[in-house]
Amino acid sequence: MLLIPCPWCGPRDETEFRCGGEAHISRPADPDALSDDEWADYLFMRRNPKGTHRERWVHAYGCRRWFNVVRNTVTHEISAVYKIGNSPP
Amino acid sequence: MTGLQKWRLPVGGRIDRSRPLQFRFNSKLYGGFQGDTLASTLLANGVHLIARSFKYHRPRGVLGAGSEEPNALVQWETGAFTTPNVRATQIELYEGLTAASVNAWPSVETDFGAVNAVFGRMLVAGFYYKTFMWPKLFWDRLYEPAIRRMAGMGRAPALPDPDKYDRMFTHCDVLVIGAGPAGLAAAVAAGRTGARVLLVDEQNEPGGSLLAHPETIDGGPGIQWVERAIAELATTPEVRLLSRTVAFGYYDHNYVMLVERRTDHLGPGHFARQARERLWHVRAKRVVLATGAHERPLVFAGNDRPGIMLAGAVATYVHRYAVLPGRRAVVFTNNDSAYRAALALAEAGAEVMAVVDVREHATGTWPTKVRERGIRVLGGYAIAATRGTRRVSATGVVRLDSGGHGTGPMEWIDCDLLAMSGGFNPTVHLFSQSQGKVRFDETIAGFVPDRAMQPQHVAGAANGTYRLGESLAEGYRAGSLAAEETGFGTGSAPPTPAIETVQESPMRAFWLARSANGMHRGGRQHFVDFQNDVTAADIHIAAREGLSSIEHVKRYTTAGMGTDQGKTGNVNTLAVLSERIGRAIAETGTTTFRPPYTPVTFGALAGRDRGELVEPARTTPMHGWHVTQGAVLEDVGQWKRPWYYPRPGEDMSAAVRRECLAVRNAAGMLDASTLGKIDVQGRDAATFLDRIYTNQRSTVPIGRCRYGLMCRDDGMVFDDGVTTRLATDRFLVTTTTGGAGQVLDWLEEWLQTEWPDLEVYCTSVTEQWATLAVAGPRSRAILARVAPDLPLDDERFPFMSMREGVVAGIDARVFRISFTGELSFEINVPSRYGLAAWEAAMEAGRGHGITPYGTEAMHVLRAEKGFIIVGQETDGSVTPLDLGLERMVSGVTDFIGRRSLRRPAMIQPDRKQLVGLLPQQQAKVLPEGTQLVGDTMPAGGRLTPNAPQSQQASGNHLQSIGHITSSYFSPALGRAFALALVENGRARIGSTIYAASRSGTVPMAVTEPAFYEKRGSRRDG
Repeated sequence: MLLIPCPWCGPRDETEFRCGGEAHISRPADPDALSDDEWADYLFMRRNPKGTHRERWVHAYGCRRWFNVVRNTVTHEISAVYKIGNSPP
Repeated sequence: MTGLQKWRLPVGGRIDRSRPLQFRFNSKLYGGFQGDTLASTLLANGVHLIARSFKYHRPRGVLGAGSEEPNALVQWETGAFTTPNVRATQIELYEGLTAASVNAWPSVETDFGAVNAVFGRMLVAGFYYKTFMWPKLFWDRLYEPAIRRMAGMGRAPALPDPDKYDRMFTHCDVLVIGAGPAGLAAAVAAGRTGARVLLVDEQNEPGGSLLAHPETIDGGPGIQWVERAIAELATTPEVRLLSRTVAFGYYDHNYVMLVERRTDHLGPGHFARQARERLWHVRAKRVVLATGAHERPLVFAGNDRPGIMLAGAVATYVHRYAVLPGRRAVVFTNNDSAYRAALALAEAGAEVMAVVDVREHATGTWPTKVRERGIRVLGGYAIAATRGTRRVSATGVVRLDSGGHGTGPMEWIDCDLLAMSGGFNPTVHLFSQSQGKVRFDETIAGFVPDRAMQPQHVAGAANGTYRLGESLAEGYRAGSLAAEETGFGTGSAPPTPAIETVQESPMRAFWLARSANGMHRGGRQHFVDFQNDVTAADIHIAAREGLSSIEHVKRYTTAGMGTDQGKTGNVNTLAVLSERIGRAIAETGTTTFRPPYTPVTFGALAGRDRGELVEPARTTPMHGWHVTQGAVLEDVGQWKRPWYYPRPGEDMSAAVRRECLAVRNAAGMLDASTLGKIDVQGRDAATFLDRIYTNQRSTVPIGRCRYGLMCRDDGMVFDDGVTTRLATDRFLVTTTTGGAGQVLDWLEEWLQTEWPDLEVYCTSVTEQWATLAVAGPRSRAILARVAPDLPLDDERFPFMSMREGVVAGIDARVFRISFTGELSFEINVPSRYGLAAWEAAMEAGRGHGITPYGTEAMHVLRAEKGFIIVGQETDGSVTPLDLGLERMVSGVTDFIGRRSLRRPAMIQPDRKQLVGLLPQQQAKVLPEGTQLVGDTMPAGGRLTPNAPQSQQASGNHLQSIGHITSSYFSPALGRAFALALVENGRARIGSTIYAASRSGTVPMAVTEPAFYEKRGSRRDG
């Protein structure tokens, strides 16, 4: 049970949150300009690193805000949280 | 009866002799004392045969004295309170307790299942995978039921649990697990800094090993040091001590789960006063693991007979419970600690026949004391075999050669008790659960914590630190450091009290006893995992069959499984395997320890979430009316919705038929309040909704409605509904009943993460509005009566528009939307007026034959029109094109999912497409989910979904080409009909395909997915 420091509410139990997968994947501005492979890459391809991972979480049963988390996928250590739109630290 | 405790010592122990108790075991009456466990008092009464083993039904007694006990599992109490497979060593005695042996029939003394011991060769390692494989039918009908009956354990209660279970959440600075010497020292040290400390221990009183052995601390009895520590903790305001509380799971970020047993020591019937168990969720800044160590059995032939116990447990029974587990004892050991058991037995009056030590000459303090008492010590010997049916009667001793193998003849020594010690395994279960890495320590021949992955400290025997003084010092240090790390104290530990010096000679790893002829009985009685009846022979078979990974051997032999989780057997299993395949134990490694540490009851996990509290039930403002009218309710998500309203004498099909016909011929009214409603407003609301829906919203005029689909970006339909424009910058979005929550999440996700530049606000208003759908040719007349000021003609109030007005005296929004194909008005009023509006409409419709209809009739009516239900006609793999809803797809602007509709896989002709089906047998309503199997009449073939092409060609197997998504009997059509997703379905319209039903294949005509009034002329009345 992770303890996730919501940037708005402070540290809360994982059960209040939902994970939204890898962060910093922008929806292409002009999907029609993409080849099928490029579009499939946006849709389906995600990093699955062993170690540091930047991912999106939402405080679903709290303030309902989305934010970014830097989590180590091996130790589950959360080294940073930052707001959507900000650059990773 | 208490007089019959022939094996009770006259003095001593932590029992209260002024409080005698009576209890029944296997229906026989016995006596004991307050402070006893079921195991200690059975031993006091000379009862050693307590259970039959899991697989071979071998007689078993008490091996240990705590949670490590693998053998003495009992069915505790009867009726609703009963709990199966409880360790007798952990059941505290109370007046009137009853317990019975598990896994024995007709009785533990005479057990017919013992024939398994005779046929034991058929139940060896991996027997599930080979012995009973053939013939196939026999497995289902004969082998499996028989094995389950013979090789099982206790019985789950058959009655509802009358007890209550609570759930607690708490935070602390320092959580100390285990209240033995190290844990108490840690709690004292942390407590003195002012940190918030939680100390938990699974036993009824703190003290741990100090309850089992007489120790001297600061010149006085160890137990007095314990009492002083408890007294100090009790007066420290931020410290809390929970006894009878086991930490069973250690999760990420120092989240630890505990179960506190609050009434089990009092017996059944306390549910009126307090909760039986509490499940604690603890978030700790630091954890100190002071979980102690488990003693290891030694592995020799017949090491499982009743009367063969762990040496530390023997000492515990003598000192803590004043019970003499035997009068003529043999001690078998590879380390000094078992000599303490020999001393305890001798001092209590037992005759110690011999101490058999695999080491040539042990010179430590305790071995010296044993020799001084004149006890025979056999150095360089081992026990290779035992005798005895229901209790050990003799042990066979052999001389060891330099390689540790038996040599020469076996000497038999009579005994009624065999105390053994193969060393200790630090209890690293919780450490391992916390992802900590362990390392094999050769000096103690056990796994010790190596690298912690969470903010924690380990102290005492759990760390492999077995000497009392060092253990206390580690405890003080761990407690001080843990407190300092959370901002309390200076980190300097209190001084360690004076402990008498004890010399110990090194232990000698000894894993498998062999006589001169090799392993007695081929190792088939050398038990390594007592609870799962796994022997050295089983491990050897696994090794011989090529399994060398310990995780594979565990699964193949079942060693380390069950409720025991390898507490006593883990390292012995590894060692026997490693020795067999010539590999170091450190290389073999250990299996992963998983929660729970000891079994947790379902009651504790469920807590108060039982019955109607499992999930909240949502009801509409008109719910009471539906119930009064005798509606049968259907669960839709969390909602309770009327399914149909049967009249006296009507069954479901009659009621649904009547309701459907009322809507088609007169008028019906549906409670549609559960439909999800989201108020979307803001400067960019129209732009935003254009991107969300497959068709545009920005072009909808104010006061008009538009139906549309929502897709995920992969192009799959995920919700649908009608959007109404309330103002330039404001829309009301409706969603499916079940999808309301996730649609709101979806909108917020895109707004926050992708398009934060858009100014849009989304608010759920589902529960703010009650919705009455009045449908049918008479609906306009009914509306005219309840809403006389509202213009209702088609010109001023056209289809797909919304008007605000007064309905039954209530300010309302009325929508002309139709989910039935009939003229229809959906009246939305503020929730608190929902019932009033409903009753007024019913009253107004009385003369028009208005009929309340439920969700089943709604389904039939919409399916007749071919209207889909998301989640029924779709399953996350269906695109708008598959549904034939191209007209809903905007060609103008981009929307989520649009690009995916051009992907090659989305436009292949063999995609499953929505079609209608009419069964040749007009009354045949096939179950939804029925597989459709092709366009040629199969000749008595068997259905094998996705069978390879080659099998299909043989004509004996059929391949699925789709399935039925909706299937009903239509009262309007007078026949059965269905909607289905079928490969290349649209091209099959006009042809016949076959449905696979239980009674054979059914021919179905493929049609357009619309059956009733395809022109849509009825919607305007």
